[in-house]
Amino acid sequence: MSDWVEIGRLSDIPRRGARCVDTPIGRIAVFRTAADEVYAIEDRCPHKGGPLSQGIVHGAQVTCPLHNWVFSLETGLAQGADEGAVRTFPLKRDGERILMDASAILAAASARIAAE
Amino acid sequence: MNNGLTDMTQKLVVVGAGMASGRALEHLFEAAPEAFDVTLFGAEPRGNYNRIMLSPVLAGEKTYGDIVTHDAAWYAANGVTCRFGETVTKIDRKRKVVVSKGGETPYDKLLIATGSAPFIIPVAGKDLPGVMAFRDLDDVNAMVEAARKPGARAVVIGGGLLGLEAAAALRLRGMEVTVLHLMGHLMERQLDPAAGYLLKKELEGRGIKVHVKAQTKAILGEEKVEAVLLEDGTVYPADIVVMAVGIRPETRIAVDAGLHVERGIVVSDQMVTSDPDILAVGECVEHEGVCYGLVAPLYDMARVVAKTLVKEDAAFRPVETATQLKVTGINLYSAGDFADGDDREEIVLRDASAGVYKRLVLKQNRIIGAVMYGETSDGAWFFDMLRKGTDIAEMRETLIFGQAYQGGSPLDPTAAVAALPDDAEICGCNGVCKGKIVSAITSKGLTSLDDVRAHTKASASCGSCTGLVEQVMKLTLGDSYNPAAVQPMCTCTDLGHDDVRRLIKAKALKTIPAVMQELEWKTSCGCAKCRPALNYYLVCDWPDEYADDYQSRFINERVHANIQKDGTYSVVPRMWGGVTNAAELRAIADVVEKFNIPAVKVTGGQRIDMLGVRKEDLPAVWAELGKAGFVSGHAYAKGLRTVKTCVGSDWCRFGTQDSTGLGIRIEKFMWGSWTPAKVKMAVSGCPRNCAEATCKDVGVICVDSGFEIHFAGAAGLDIKGTEKLGLVATEDEALEVIVALTQMYREQARYLERIYKWAKRVGYDEVRRQILDDKDRRKAYFDRFVFSQKFAQVDPWSERVSGKDKHEFKPMASVGFAEAAE
Ligand SMILES: Cc1cc2nc3c(=O)[nH]c(=O)nc-3n(C[C@H](O)[C@H](O)[C@H](O)COP(=O)(O)OP(=O)(O)OC[C@H]3O[C@@H](n4cnc5c(N)ncnc54)[C@H](O)[C@@H]3O)c2cc1C
Ligand code: SF4
Ligand code: SF4
Ligand code: FES
Repeated sequence: MSDWVEIGRLSDIPRRGARCVDTPIGRIAVFRTAADEVYAIEDRCPHKGGPLSQGIVHGAQVTCPLHNWVFSLETGLAQGADEGAVRTFPLKRDGERILMDASAILAAASARIAAE
Repeated sequence: MNNGLTDMTQKLVVVGAGMASGRALEHLFEAAPEAFDVTLFGAEPRGNYNRIMLSPVLAGEKTYGDIVTHDAAWYAANGVTCRFGETVTKIDRKRKVVVSKGGETPYDKLLIATGSAPFIIPVAGKDLPGVMAFRDLDDVNAMVEAARKPGARAVVIGGGLLGLEAAAALRLRGMEVTVLHLMGHLMERQLDPAAGYLLKKELEGRGIKVHVKAQTKAILGEEKVEAVLLEDGTVYPADIVVMAVGIRPETRIAVDAGLHVERGIVVSDQMVTSDPDILAVGECVEHEGVCYGLVAPLYDMARVVAKTLVKEDAAFRPVETATQLKVTGINLYSAGDFADGDDREEIVLRDASAGVYKRLVLKQNRIIGAVMYGETSDGAWFFDMLRKGTDIAEMRETLIFGQAYQGGSPLDPTAAVAALPDDAEICGCNGVCKGKIVSAITSKGLTSLDDVRAHTKASASCGSCTGLVEQVMKLTLGDSYNPAAVQPMCTCTDLGHDDVRRLIKAKALKTIPAVMQELEWKTSCGCAKCRPALNYYLVCDWPDEYADDYQSRFINERVHANIQKDGTYSVVPRMWGGVTNAAELRAIADVVEKFNIPAVKVTGGQRIDMLGVRKEDLPAVWAELGKAGFVSGHAYAKGLRTVKTCVGSDWCRFGTQDSTGLGIRIEKFMWGSWTPAKVKMAVSGCPRNCAEATCKDVGVICVDSGFEIHFAGAAGLDIKGTEKLGLVATEDEALEVIVALTQMYREQARYLERIYKWAKRVGYDEVRRQILDDKDRRKAYFDRFVFSQKFAQVDPWSERVSGKDKHEFKPMASVGFAEAAE
C-alpha cells in the first residue's frame, strides 16, 4: 500500500540541485534535474558515506562530493568502474507538488531492523 | 422547430463555440445529420474560428476573415441555432436546462466545450486598463490598437509558446517589446536550455528584450498601465502588459452544477462526465489526470464525442503532442519526453555556424523525445517514429542527420573555428586575429606551427592558443596539416581547456548554454568535470555580466564551507595576515560553545578552523561570527586562501620591512577573487623566511632594498621551491606585481591547474616578460583584476545570513512514522 505524503514543491529545489528530507531512516536526497524530473535516493554514498545531495547534478546522475563516484538517480547504481548502489525511493509529481511514499520508508526501516 | 425536424429529434445544447466544439459538430453532422437539434452558445460575439491562427492575425500576416472555420451559411445548412455573445451561467441538471441572459434552454444532451481561461498572476495592478491576455479576437484587437501609437511599449509576461508568439507579433507591429520569463530559459517546458539559448538569441536579434528569472512584483500605473516592477527592482515602462503565463480549464459552470471536476471536468474515455447526459470536450476536460492545451488531442476528443452522441463505440486515448512555435523565421520543434534518465541515451548534433541544435532522446533504441532548433524539417519524421515506437538500432549512427541523409561526411571538428569571423582574436597575448593568421599562411606559404609563430607571433607567448592556431592552419591548409592531438576537457567535447578559454573570449560567449551550443558540446547539460570549469572561465572572463551558476560549483563553493568526511562542515573565518586579538578569539570561543562544535584546530595558514559544524547551523554560526567582524576565509574556494606573514620589522630584530602589514594589505586587496585553483601566499620579513614564503603559489621575501617576489612554489602532492620573479623597491609595486601575476594566471590557466603547473607550461621567462618587463601589460592585468573585484568582494557569509540560498541549509521536509502509519 502506498501512502503519498507531500514533501514540498518543485520550485523548492533548484534546477540541477537537491534538497533533503529527514526521515526516521536518515536523510533522503530529493533531486531536480535540468529537465524538471525529480528523484529520491538515500543521502549516503556507499563508498564512504558522502552526502549525495551535495553533489553536482548532470543529466539524471549525481557526482558524490567526497570522491566523485557517479550514481544514477533512477536506479541508484554507481556508474563506470565503481561498484555499489544507493536505495531509491518512489516519488510522484502532482503539478507543482512533490509526493513521497511514506510506506516505502517504513518498509526500508523494517528491513533495516530485521537485518540488525 | 426549425428545419422541420420532428419532436422526436433530441435537443443538443453546446456551450462554447471554440475549436473543439466546431470540430465535434462537423463529425456529428457527418455521422448523423438529423439526429440532433443543436443550439450553440458562445460567450464571444462571433462563431467558431481557428484560435491558433490568432498569432498570425496579431502579426498582421492574416486577417480574421482568413481564420473563420464555420460561417453563417454552415450553421444554417446544419440547422444550428446560434446564440453567440451569450454566456451560459448555470446548468440545472434536475430540470435539464441551461440558463443564460436569454432565459432557459432545455437539453436532452449537453456538451460542455468552454476551453480555458488565461491565468492572470495575482499581483497588484493586474486589473489596470492595458493589462490583457492573449486568448481571443478581442485581445488581439486591443493589442493591435495599442501598437498604433508610435513608440508604444509592450511587456509580455511569460516566455512560453503564447507569450513569444505575442512578443514576436507585437515587435513586427513596431512596438518595443520586453519578455519577462520566470524560469531560467524560454519555453522551459518544451525546450532544453541549449535550444532556449538559441531562441533567446534569435529574439534578441529581432530587437526583443528577454529577461529570464524575472519575478513580477507589481504592475504600476495610476489610471492605466505604466510599468512593470520586478522583485529585483527592475522597472520596465509599458503601455500594455500581456499576460501569457498559462491557462486553466474553464470549469465554473460544471463546478456549480456539481459535476466531478478536478483540474478539469473529469471525463471517461467516451468523453462523458459524471452525469451521463452531459459530455465535455476540449481544453476544459481532464482525462486520466491530464488536461491538454494543444489542438491535436482535442481533435481526437471531438471525434470520440461525436461517436458517443450517436451511440457508436469509441474511446479517447492519451496522445503524444508535438510543439512548434508559429513565428515566421524561427524553426523550433519539440515532442515527447526529453528528460534525462540513465536508461536513456541522447544523440546531440550542434552546428554552431548555422545555429542548429538537435537532440534525440532514446530509450531502448526507440525515440521518446526530440528537440530541434534551427533546422526542423525532420521533426515530423522523428515524431512519427516516436509515436510508432520504431526500433532505430539500424540507423542509429546516422539518425540525427535526418531522413534525407545519404552517407554524408562525419562531423567536422574544426567547425567551431571555421565559424569564427576574421576579426576574432585567436592569440590573446599578442592580439593576433584569425584573418591575420589565414592571410599569413596563404600569402607566405607557411606550413608549420613554427612558421606561423615566427610570422604572426600567434601562439608565440603563453602558448595557450596553440590548439586554435593549429585548427586555423588545418582549415587553411586542408588535410595536409595534422594538428597535434589535444587532451579534451572531458567526454562532452573534443576541445581542450585552452581552446575553450580562447573561444569563450573570441566569440564573446557569456553563459554555459551559449558555450555548449557554440562550441558544439556533445551532451545537453555537461558533466561534473566541464561544468565547474566553464563556470569559472565565465566568472573570470565576464565578471560584470556573467550570472554565476551555483549548480555548476562543487559543494564547498556552493555553501561556502568545507565538507568533511562525515558530511559536516568546517568553518574558517578570515584572520587577516594571521593576526588576531582578544575580542576575535572570544567570539570564536563563544561560537564553539554555543553550537557545540566538536573540534577547533589551528591551520597551516595561520588561522582557526572549527570542525564538525552541521550544515543547518552554518548560517547561524556565520551570523555570530559576522557580529564580531569576521568574514569568510574562503578556505573552501578555488580562490585566494591565506596570506601567511611573520611579525617582521614590527617585532623581529631581523625584520627589514613590515611583512605583517604587507601581507594584510595583499589579503584585503585580493580576498574574494576566484582563481583556477586555490592560491596561497606568504610574506616573510627577511630571508630567514619564517612565513615559508618560498613554497607558496606567490611569496614575498623582504630585504633591505625592497621586496623579492617569488612564485610557482608547491608544498602539496609535489614539493617545489619557488622561482624568483624579481625585485621591486616599494610596497605599492609589490602589490601591483602580485596582483598582475595572479590575474595573468586567472586568465590563462586551466581549471584546477595550480600556479606552479601553469607557470611551467607557459614558461617562467614569459611570465617575467609580461609582468615585470612590460609595464603596460602589467597595468592592464592589474586593472582587470581590480574591475573583477568589484563583483567578487562580497562576503558570501553575510549574504547567506541575510537569506541568500536559504534552500541550501534547510531540509525540505521531514517524513516520520506518524505519516507512514496513517
Ligand atoms: C494565440 C493562441 C495560439 C495558439 N497556438 C496553438 C498552436 O500553435 N497549436 C496548438 O495545438 N494549439 C494552440 N493554441 C491552443 C488552442 O487554441 C486551444 O487548445 C484550443 O483553442 C482549445 O479549444 P477549445 O474548444 O477547448 O477552447 P476554445 O477554443 O477556447 O473555445 C472555448 C470557447 O468557449 C467559450 N466559453 C467559455 N465559457 C463559456 C460559457 N459559460 N458560455 C458560453 N461560452 C463559453 C469561450 O469564450 C471560447 O470561445 C493556441 C491558443 C492561442 C490563444
Ligand atoms: S622572516 Fe625574518 S623578519 Fe620574519 S620573523 Fe623570521 S627572522 Fe623575523
Ligand atoms: S593532508 Fe590529506 S588528510 Fe590531511 S587535511 Fe589535507 S587532504 Fe585531508
Ligand atoms: S563517499 Fe561518495 S565517492 Fe567517496
